[in-house]
Amino acid sequence: METSFALTGKGYVLIAADTTAARSIVKMKVDEDKIKALGPHLLMAYSGEPGDTVQFAEYVERNIRLYQIRNTYSLRPSAAASWVRRSLAESIRSRHPYSVNLLLGGYDVASHDPHLYWIDYLGTIAEVPFAAHGYGSYFALSLLDRYHKPDASLEEGVETLKRCIAEVAKRLVVSPGTYKVKVVDKDGVREIEI
Amino acid sequence: MDQNGGSVIAMVGKDCVAIAADLRLGNQALGISGNFQRVFPVTDRIFMGLPGLATDVATLHERFRYRVNMYTIKEGREIEPETFAHLVSSTLYEHRFGPYFIEPVMAGISKTPTGKIKPFIAATDLIGCLNFAKDFVVAGTASTKLYGVAEGLWEPDLEPEDLFETISQTMLNAVDRDAFSGWGAVVHIITADKVITRTLKGRMD
Repeated sequence: METSFALTGKGYVLIAADTTAARSIVKMKVDEDKIKALGPHLLMAYSGEPGDTVQFAEYVERNIRLYQIRNTYSLRPSAAASWVRRSLAESIRSRHPYSVNLLLGGYDVASHDPHLYWIDYLGTIAEVPFAAHGYGSYFALSLLDRYHKPDASLEEGVETLKRCIAEVAKRLVVSPGTYKVKVVDKDGVREIEI
Repeated sequence: MDQNGGSVIAMVGKDCVAIAADLRLGNQALGISGNFQRVFPVTDRIFMGLPGLATDVATLHERFRYRVNMYTIKEGREIEPETFAHLVSSTLYEHRFGPYFIEPVMAGISKTPTGKIKPFIAATDLIGCLNFAKDFVVAGTASTKLYGVAEGLWEPDLEPEDLFETISQTMLNAVDRDAFSGWGAVVHIITADKVITRTLKGRMD
């Protein structure tokens, strides 16, 4: 089952998602990228119904980029989060709702601070210091309660993230093999090796 | 209604009203956030609490903000508490057969033509049935517990400081008996000239 975590630190948001694409008992792909860069300072990890996930993520990516093209500057993370939430809130009461859960992390270049949003398929939104989706969240959130520091350096944040990954690997029956980890800060979006 | 959890209460005092809510947002039994705001200012003198499904909390907050802004622009004046309550009621009844899963609670202050302060509280069910109580209104997963404690602690004509103590103890003790409410609480005391907001220190389990 798809697991994703994210945490904020001093001037950055770290997002990790597993890279396994599976159907029933078969692992179809082991290097799937489930974190999309929506803008120069915005990352979104998605999980949920296969198909819905990529369709919705690409729909969001295109519309965020359209805003940037029209207005020459990007949407701020809080505005992007509101837009995504509204799309899901309209979807849930439609004929065929998108069943996608998201972690949206961004760096606000106007106020110079990182923001992380937990969004679920109903359109529930919460701004949080750290978050997780999937069965892995039951293990990761308690570790993050204990070890997360809001002003941690990137190295410290990666250490905390590694704890979460290790715990899920140890205790979840169908645990993912590898994770893709991306960070967003004032310099933009980049992938990091852990 | 117990997908996300949360509870709200409003009480009447002497020339003041109070509205309080817990801060928990959960996904069934898993706690997600201890900072989830479900009480919003509507005008300087009216506050609204929205306990229930969290996605509808955000949607309704945005919808009411829009409708109140349109009212202010069209009428050229601020909306009165009782009028706002009816606005809430009609908005919810519009979705009679596909409702928002929210039971709003409202608290506000209005002035009579002679200048006397009139405290006002109201609540509705999820399809807009209004309840204009004289003493207190409750809603959310801990509503039954809130009824119990409020009935015991409330008395008429409490001054703002005493009303704060009363509503705070009501909220704290009621949510401690409810698994889906808690993780902190916020209280707003609304008087004719100002609003004082305080965050309560409560059990974080």
